Order: sequence, then structure tokens, then C-alpha cells
Amino acid sequence: MSKHQTLAIVVVFAAILLVWPRPAHAMHIAEGILPFGWAALWFAVAAPFVWWGLRTINRRRADDSRTPTMIAMVGAGVFLVSCMPVPIPLVGTCSHPCGTGLAALLIGPGPTVVVASIALFLQALFLAHGGLTTWGANVVSMGVVGAYAAYGSFRLLRAFRLPLFAAAFVAGAVADWATYAATSLTLSLALCGDGALWPMFAAVLLAFVPTQLPLGIAEGILTAVAYRFVSTRRPELLNTVANSGAVAGVS
Amino acid sequence: MNARRLSPNATCFVPLFSFVTVADLTASDSEPSSWQGIDETVVERVAVEAGRPPREPLLNTDQGDLLLFLFLLAGAVGGFVMGYCFRGLFPPRRQDTDRDA
Repeated sequence: MSKHQTLAIVVVFAAILLVWPRPAHAMHIAEGILPFGWAALWFAVAAPFVWWGLRTINRRRADDSRTPTMIAMVGAGVFLVSCMPVPIPLVGTCSHPCGTGLAALLIGPGPTVVVASIALFLQALFLAHGGLTTWGANVVSMGVVGAYAAYGSFRLLRAFRLPLFAAAFVAGAVADWATYAATSLTLSLALCGDGALWPMFAAVLLAFVPTQLPLGIAEGILTAVAYRFVSTRRPELLNTVANSGAVAGVS
Repeated sequence: MNARRLSPNATCFVPLFSFVTVADLTASDSEPSSWQGIDETVVERVAVEAGRPPREPLLNTDQGDLLLFLFLLAGAVGGFVMGYCFRGLFPPRRQDTDRDA
């Protein structure tokens, strides 16, 4: 058995765990938690990013016929990963990675917002996971903040000549942590009422830390391994993103 | 399996896979009340304390085994799409071509 077949077996078993039928609960803000005004505001914030992402995908499709396949693969990955409950043994709780960090490096942040928004919509509609009224807030925290935080940190670190593996690791971890920071801010803004915003934000963020700290590191490792795999096997797949300015200095 | 060494990618996957497996088995053996998601332990708790508890989703699929079925279906479809596209983008290297070369 070749090393690639062995790797494929490992990936298949990991995928079986990914699809194991158990509901996951994590950063998704459930239906009804946000007041109408805040829910509408987050829809308005998310909309231009989704529009920009769709425009990027359409433009890129004309340049490279592999774009739809790549985006479909990454989109399915984001959907699966963001459904996957990962138990954190030391804490005794479950949470899920986001997958938007890796997605942003592979297809760019704009298309990542689109695939994250589709994944969140399906989860809200069929999997009792998140909510339709809170869809905008969830898209902003997981899609927009997660993707652009990963993309920005990766570009910055590559500009400082950090190795590819290390930069991708940091990007994956930052995407996860930034997503939960954004969720904390969303909740605090909507629910602080007459109380102070920042103490509530700090309290919510600190409550996420024990679970998300190890999970962010795990997501960073996954991002780095997967990104290095693609950049080694098919570096030309990343050229479209690199040429569009999304990830400069890939190879 | 032959005696060739695994690639660095595979050696990175093995510890990650082991961790997920062990954690998953541990979770299965635990009390039902433990291993709650952090949306219950954090998001919902904050929301309830602020007087805005979550309400039932538009389509409440969290009934009996319906949600498990939907998770499995979604996972299977998502896994198929991912695998199909992966094979298109990363086709297996042809052994005969390698041998001829």
C-alpha cells in the first residue's frame, strides 16, 4: 500500500468521524436570542460581503474552469467541519472548528463568506443549528471575521517571510479565535442592555477560552497540514487566489 | 503496507486522528449531561441571563432521532461532494506511467 493510499485511509476514517450523527453545539447563535434590530443590522453587515464573494466567484469562473470544483470541495468541507462536535477532554464540553481559515487560504476570503453563508443557512434550516433570524450575525462572525482574519494574518506573516506551514497554522488558529471573539461581541452588544458592554464581552470571551484555546490550536494544525498538502501536490490550484491578490507569495 | 516511510502529511494526520478518536470514545462513555456544547454552556446561558432565551427553530428537527438522521444525511452528502471534488482535483498518480518512466 502506497503512502498516498495510507493517507487516503486516514482521511476517510477522519471523514467518518466528521459525519458521525451527533448534533454539535458551538458558536452558532440560536434562533430568537438577538433582538430584531440587531439581527437586521447583522444581515445588513453580512450582505455586501456575500455579494462581493459571489462577484469574485463569477469573475474567477471565467478565468479558471476548476474554480467551481474547488469551491464545492471547500464548501462541503466548511459545512462538515462546522457541524463537527469536538469533545475537549480537559474541559468536558464540545465545540466545533470553523474551517473558514483553511477555506480563506484555498479559495480566498470573498468566496469563503459565500460558502460559510450557505453552510450556516442549511444548518439553521435543517439541523436546528443556529437560526434563520440570527443567520446574518453568524455569517459575520464565522464567515466574514473568520475568513478575513485568517487571510490577513497569513498575508502579514508571509510578508515577514514566515514559513508556509507556520503562517498557515497561525491563520487557522486566528480564524477560530477571531470567530468566537466576534460571537462574544455580537452577544454582548445585543444583550448588555443598560449594563456595561466591555465587562460582559470579556466575561463571554473568557467563557469560550478553555474550549476554544485547544480547539484553535487543533484547527491551526489541520489548516497547516491541509494547506501544505495542496501547495505540494497542486500548487497551481492556489495560483488563482494568489493572482487575485488574496494570498500573495504562496509558492 | 510496504516499508516506505509515511509522508509528513500522513504523520501529521495520525496524531490528530488519534486525538479525535480517543476524545470521541471518551465522550460516548460519559454521562449524558456532560459534553454539552458551548452554545449551551456559554451562549444560551448568557442569553437566558439577559432575558432572551432561544426559541424553537422554524423547522424544529430536534425531535427524537430525526436530527440524527438529518446529521447523517448531511454528513454523507457533504462527504460525497467533498470526496468527488477531491478526486477531480487530486487524481491518483498512475502507477503504470511511473513504472514506464
